Amino acid sequence: MAKTATKQKIVAMTGNAGCALAMKQINPDVVAAYPITPQTTIVEEFANYVANGVVDTEYINVESEHSAMSACIGASAAGARVMTSTSSQGLALMWEELSIASSLRLPIVMQTVNRALSGPINIHCDHSDSMGARDMGWIHLFAETAQEAYDNTIMAIKIAEHKDVRLPVMSMHDGFITSHAIDRFEVLDDADVKKFVGDYMPKHSLLYNPNEPVTFGPFAMPAFYYEQRKQLRVAIDGSKDIVMKVTDDFAKLSGRQYGLFEEYRLDDADVAIVVLGSTAGTTRYVIDAMRAQGVKVGMLKLRVFRPFPAEEIAQALSKLKAVGVMDRSDTVGTLGGPVYVETKAALYNSKQRPAMQGYVYGLGGRDTGPDQIETVIGDLVKVVKGEESPREAVTLLGVKE
Amino acid sequence: MAEVKLTEIRWHARGGQGAVTAAKLLAETALSQGRYFQAFPEYGPERMGAPIQAFTRISSEPIHIRSSIANPEIVVVLDPTLLKAVDVTSGMHEDGVLIVNTDDEPKAIRKAMGLKGRTIFTVNATRIAQETIGRPIPNTPMMGALVKATDMMPIENLTDYVRKSFGKKFSEEIIEGNVRAVERAYAEVKAE
Repeated sequence: MAKTATKQKIVAMTGNAGCALAMKQINPDVVAAYPITPQTTIVEEFANYVANGVVDTEYINVESEHSAMSACIGASAAGARVMTSTSSQGLALMWEELSIASSLRLPIVMQTVNRALSGPINIHCDHSDSMGARDMGWIHLFAETAQEAYDNTIMAIKIAEHKDVRLPVMSMHDGFITSHAIDRFEVLDDADVKKFVGDYMPKHSLLYNPNEPVTFGPFAMPAFYYEQRKQLRVAIDGSKDIVMKVTDDFAKLSGRQYGLFEEYRLDDADVAIVVLGSTAGTTRYVIDAMRAQGVKVGMLKLRVFRPFPAEEIAQALSKLKAVGVMDRSDTVGTLGGPVYVETKAALYNSKQRPAMQGYVYGLGGRDTGPDQIETVIGDLVKVVKGEESPREAVTLLGVKE
Repeated sequence: MAEVKLTEIRWHARGGQGAVTAAKLLAETALSQGRYFQAFPEYGPERMGAPIQAFTRISSEPIHIRSSIANPEIVVVLDPTLLKAVDVTSGMHEDGVLIVNTDDEPKAIRKAMGLKGRTIFTVNATRIAQETIGRPIPNTPMMGALVKATDMMPIENLTDYVRKSFGKKFSEEIIEGNVRAVERAYAEVKAE
């Protein structure tokens, strides 16, 4: 157990129950959500907290995710602390509202339990839902474990509402693998979470400043639109420092230190895997086993996907010989998955850079076992030895031929 | 506390027999021992009576692997009719442990399955459940058999935890029925 000033409780809970607990501890003013597998148990459990009177939240039952996000936008613009949660098609149905939330600079926090997009219809994990929404102006955090999903939810509120950020945040964890598995993790006291997130006092709001009315969601013609979009770019680029400030503050409270990404055994590595979500755990397991056999392999596990920490990634990876980037979503019709394409682009102007190849894995919940990670590492070693040239086309891991 | 290396368990049952609850209860009992664990069912279009699987990992050290369990050391079968319907020993370790809820002797199961190696345990958990709890739900007695077969913890740890966790939800009669079910299965399970 980590040494911290504060007392924490070790629990046996599913990732979703942990996220619902974090929501209870945050005690948001408004939650508007619509149930969808595998997110359902979050809103179900949170509805219990509301029904039992342990939170003050106004829980709005809506008839669709489009309405859920619309209600969140209205409540957030009025000055409320707002949270919601969704998955897959639910996120897709929110689509037109997502960019409105970010352009209005509304600090809505949404737990997104990653599930494959239809079709064919599927309930299991991949990242195609949130990756499809990667350019909507939201901050994207990814979790490897239930612990990280719980921790990120608490940090997300503080990041979103920070006066220099004021942007919506999506906090992701893997459907079923993390959401429905019972895991061991530490939870903070209610009072510590309450103190950490503090009160939300927006600068402009109908609730707190009724005598200083402002307009939300105005019409902007060519004379004004572009500058608004520039402000969004400046805000999300600038949020990187605040993400890290909140992350460091959280480490002081919890003893759990996170970063924009984690570098695992990367210092002296020749080859490395870039990955995010629960597969980082399986990758860690394989790396330990292969290190024991003398293979110099490491991992860069992304936690913050938006804002994309391009400069920091380039620095962390430039000295390696070969890097394999794993995507649990496929961006068809282009070079490969989004993590691969962006990681590769981040390194393009580096004087020194590794050979890189992209892998797609685990679509629709296809199990990604140690054998697939070993395959990637084996491929990278062949590139380093000159036995193979780096592949131009992405490799589809674990697909039946 | 005894060190436990990473142990992987696969549960086979039919929807409604409580395999997911058993996997969860085992994980929580492991937590009460200060151990690390994961418990996860295989989600599909399951319904009452359909074959299902659930998985548990237990270790003294933090567990990082997140994929499904392909090569379990321990396989627990809650319904004997599954032996003919599902390949319950698929991927199972050569020196693994198979625990079956059946009235048959371990030798008969070995012969019927043509199984070499491995240790086979059998116990009539359904009858024990009927006689102790009053309902034919084999999950808690099978946990007693599992503890005996694997020696993963003293049986008192499990019965203490059953009392503690069931105490919040169930009557004294049901709790003590479950405790007796665990103890009887622990005593009655046979090995070969």
